[in-house]
Order: sequence, then structure tokens, then C-alpha cells
Amino acid sequence: MTAPAAAPSAAPNVLDVQNVEVIYNHVILVLKGVSLSLPDRGIVALLGANGAGKSTTLKAISNLLIAERGEVTKGQVMYRGERVDGLTPNDLVRRGVIQVMEGRHCFGHLTVEENLLTGAFIHGGAKRQIAEDLEKVYHYFPRLKERRQSQAGYTSGGEQQMTAIGRALMSRPNTVLLDEPSMGLAPQLVEEIFEIVKNLNEKEGVSILLAEQNTNVALRYAHYGYILENGRVVLDGAASALRENADVKEFYLGVGGEGRRSFRDVKHYRRRKRWL
Amino acid sequence: MAFFLEVLIGGLLTGVLYSLVALGFVLIFKASGVFNFAQGAMVLMAGLALVQLFEPTYIGLWHFVGVGALSAAVVGLLVLRTVRGGTFAAAKGDWRIHLPKIVAVGAGLLGGVLALAGGAKGWPLWLAIPAAIAVMVAVAWVVERWVLRPLVNQEGIILFMATLGVTFFIDGFSQTLFGSNVYPLNIGLSKDPMFLLEGVFEGGILVNKLDISGGVIAGVLVAGLAVFFQKTRIGRALRAVADDHAAAQSVGIPLNWIWFIVWSVAGVVALVAAIVWGSKLGIQFSLTFLALKALPVLILGGFTSVPGAIVGGLLIGAGEKVAEVYFPVVTKFLTGTAMPGGVEYWFAYVLALLFLLFRPQGLFGERIIERV
Repeated sequence: MTAPAAAPSAAPNVLDVQNVEVIYNHVILVLKGVSLSLPDRGIVALLGANGAGKSTTLKAISNLLIAERGEVTKGQVMYRGERVDGLTPNDLVRRGVIQVMEGRHCFGHLTVEENLLTGAFIHGGAKRQIAEDLEKVYHYFPRLKERRQSQAGYTSGGEQQMTAIGRALMSRPNTVLLDEPSMGLAPQLVEEIFEIVKNLNEKEGVSILLAEQNTNVALRYAHYGYILENGRVVLDGAASALRENADVKEFYLGVGGEGRRSFRDVKHYRRRKRWL
Repeated sequence: MAFFLEVLIGGLLTGVLYSLVALGFVLIFKASGVFNFAQGAMVLMAGLALVQLFEPTYIGLWHFVGVGALSAAVVGLLVLRTVRGGTFAAAKGDWRIHLPKIVAVGAGLLGGVLALAGGAKGWPLWLAIPAAIAVMVAVAWVVERWVLRPLVNQEGIILFMATLGVTFFIDGFSQTLFGSNVYPLNIGLSKDPMFLLEGVFEGGILVNKLDISGGVIAGVLVAGLAVFFQKTRIGRALRAVADDHAAAQSVGIPLNWIWFIVWSVAGVVALVAAIVWGSKLGIQFSLTFLALKALPVLILGGFTSVPGAIVGGLLIGAGEKVAEVYFPVVTKFLTGTAMPGGVEYWFAYVLALLFLLFRPQGLFGERIIERV
């Protein structure tokens, strides 16, 4: 496979993932050399089907892999010019890189507000700053203010997703790795959450690397996109270009021009992309 | 009636001790999912350390110097950690990467010299208790660094086996360090009997003052822990870790640090249990097997519930005493012949078995929150 082109913008990249290979349990090869970059203040989408390696890529960056017996065996991750693979998640959060995990992962027995406060763990006893950040999160997610005293386990899926994102914001990140924010949510709620994410990007200057199965929504909000298949990047480009790309339309947006194609063509496409 | 109340109160106060041991289990189980069999051994170690520092009968001057150096080093490292606000990854070659070593050695030397000056006469209580706590913190650090961290992500049963090994190590090693006799611990808690409710019953109810103070100490400890868990940043992080390890890690809560804190807190709880129990019966080898009495308490209360550990301990303590005393009476009434006692030894376990059959999550076991 040839190395995919770097992101087109001239702005310096906050994240550079270079040819990363990930092996789970010493035997299962999941990422087969993924390279991508996230420009400062950009929204970059990682797209692809189940098992393509989107989550693994995010976890390889945030170093949550180790907890799942995964290991980066090749390549490196650079954050603002500094090599960060091998740092603990805690160190990364301190540097401003935080992941919002797939499936929300709220602390069910804690209240919504307590959940948010755990996000400020690394800021220790900086009470005034934490109070300000809390107000800011409530400003972006007014729903959470209403539910602040409810146990997070009993709130709705959308509220949990908002709690998870708000919790990450409490650490004052400058890069957020957002894994499947649309999972299991009603379309209207998905839009609401993506609007907030876009706001955060524009107003707070947070760079966002987004892993998403919902290609349609993701490409509307992202600036740039990478398509992963079987642990490799098969296609990348500006979001607008990807939206117009025939293959993407066909296989991810479900709006192919020439009517339904047979499964064999899909297989052919995949094989072709694999050897690209 | 007065007799029954006497038995009941005596049993409840024994129960307090079971609760204290069970509490140590619950803390560690909640935060790390590890069933820590070594809690009983930690009670022994804390007790031996305290009694030998306070009224030395076994250890000599050099032990004091060692413990003094260790305590000072622990305190030094904790202060450094607080000042510096957590880990930072210093670049290679940066001298600050050696800061912890420098602080540990420096504080250790200072502590050693001070202990040497103080001599082997034993330390006052205000110094002996913090020193014993420092010993337990050091144990927590060793366990986290050399047992838990290398075994991270292993099956629960492997971790359990590891704590079994830790149990016998702590058990044996603390006797190597601090001696293996029965040492009476007398920290000034009154042992006089006293009478309660003399106006209500003729002659009143006989209770031991020591039991009362034990109950009060345990109550204060539990209240303190409750505040720590509910109101502090670290307490919140502990609860977060108990809920979801991966998510806690993802928001930047360092799991290793949290485990270290939990084991340290469990060490402090062990010390309190050792103080109460040791004042009553002396510090001795059999404290390790307190762990076995804590098991039914946990099953009754639920493995993840702090209030469960308290209530479970009280129920079992009171239940076994009452059963022991009244079993012959009841059997005599039922069958005509009084069966001898011995109920105390199996009562707790049979009760636990019944709970396992009919309510496996225990009285207060955590409800799994599932939205429908």
C-alpha cells in the first residue's frame, strides 16, 4: 500500500499518526499501518464499517489499548511534534488529548454533575476554574443542567452521550477523539450533538478526530475524511470531495447511480481497495 | 430480658470488628475488582507494627531506625506528589526525573537519624500510629507496584491467587520483623466493665467500656470514609473507577495511583481493626484468619457495599452470639435434651450459604443499573 497523502491544509498538524500497526493479544493484527493527520482546529472523520479499525485507531492514539491487551507494534504517534505513543492515558489528558469512548461509558452510579467533575480530575483543586468549566459545559449542554442531580445510569442515551462529551471538556482538551457519538441515538439527537461538536470546534478551537459509522452526517460536519477498511486507509480526501466520490456514494452513502449492484461487485471493490 | 440484651450488645460489638475487616475487603474489591484475601494479614501487620513501635518487647534500635527512615521517606514522597500534582514525564537527562529518589533518600536519612536519636524506648502514640500508617502505605505501594501492576488485565482468579500469596508473605514477614508472640496492646482504652440502663433493669446491663470505645472508633472511621468517598475529589475518582475502569482511565484518572490509594486506605482500616481487636485480645497470629470471618459478612452485606459490610458484620456478630447462647435452650425446649453449643463456629457460614442460595447479591449488593 502506498502511504496516503497528508492532509492538504498548510496549518500545522496537532496529531500525526504514522504507519501504526496494532496487534491484540499478540496474535490479532487489527491495524495494518494506518497513517493520518489532524490539522489544528480541524474536524477529521474516520469512516468505515464495523471492525474496520476506527476505534482501535483512536485507542492507539489515546493509549487506552493496553487495557484491552492491544499493543502498537509499529509506527508512531506524534502530538504537536512530540512522540506520544508509550505515554499513559493520564499523561495524554494532561497534554490535552482526550478520548470520548464508544458507547458513552458514563459512571452510572454517579450523578451527572459528579460525572462531569471526574473529567476535571487532572486539574486537582483548582476550584474556580472547575466551576467556570462546569458552567461552560452547561452552557453548551443545557439539558445536562436540568439533570445534574440524576444518576447518570438512569438518564437517556442522548443525555449520556452529552455527559460523556461534557466530561471530556472538563479536562480543557485541545484535541478530542470522539468515538461513535451517534451510536444508538435518534437522528434528531444525532444532529443536535453534531451541532454542538461543530460549535465547540469553532468557538473553543478544539480539534476533533471523529470515528463514525454514520458517514452521511460525519461528512457533512467534518473538513476531511479517511476511509478505513480491514485496518488500512483505502481512501482519503476533503469531506466535500468524499461526498461526491462515486465509491463512497455507492458503498457508504447508499446513493449509487446505476441502481442496485450485486454483492460480487462490492467484494470486488473491497479487494481492489485492499491491494491499492 | 437484661441477659438477652447483654448477649446482643456483646455480639454487636464483636460484629463491629468483623465489619472493620470486611470494610477493607469492600474498598479494594470496589476499586479494583480484586478479592483481597490479604486483608486479615494486613490487620496483623498493622497491629504488630503499632504494638512494637509503641511498647517494644521484640524489636531493637535498628528496627526503629528502619521504620523511622521508611516513614519519613513515605511522607516525603507523598508531599512531593502533592506539590508536583501527579506524574509528569520528564525528558531523559532532566535531573528532575530523579527527584523522587532524592526526596525518598533524603527524607529517609533524616527520619533514620531522628529515630536513632529517639532510641529504642518506644515511641509516643502520636508518633507510633502515623509510623504504623506509613508502614501500611509502604505495603500498599509494594503490592500495587509488584503484584497488581504486572498482573493487570488478568483473570480475577489469578489476582485472587496472588493475594493468597501476599497473605502468607505479609503474615510471615511481619512476624520476622516484629516478632511472633502474643503482644498485649494497651493504648489507654479503659477495660472496666460498666452498667447501662440500671433504671430499667434490675442490676442493669453489663458491658465492657472497651467494646463501647471500639464501637465509637469504628463509627468515626466509617463516617470519615463516607465523607471521603462522597465529598472529595479522590473519593469521586475512586467511585468512578469502581463504576467503569476504562472510562475512568479515558478521562485521565490514573488507575495505578487510585489502586495505591485504595490499598493505603485499606491499610488504615486494618490498623483501626488491629487497634480495637488488639486492645481486647492482644495482637497475635490468629488475626490473619479474621479474613475467614469477613467472608460471610461480605456475602451477607454484598461485596460492593460499604453500608453492607457494616450491617453484615453487626448481624453476624450479634446473630452468632445469640445463637450460641440460646441454642441449648431452644433444643431443650424442642427435643427435651439440651444440645451443647458450638454454634458460634458455623452460624455465620450457614447464614452466608442461605444468602448465596436465596439472595446472592447480598442485602446491599449494588443494583446493576440497566435502562430499559
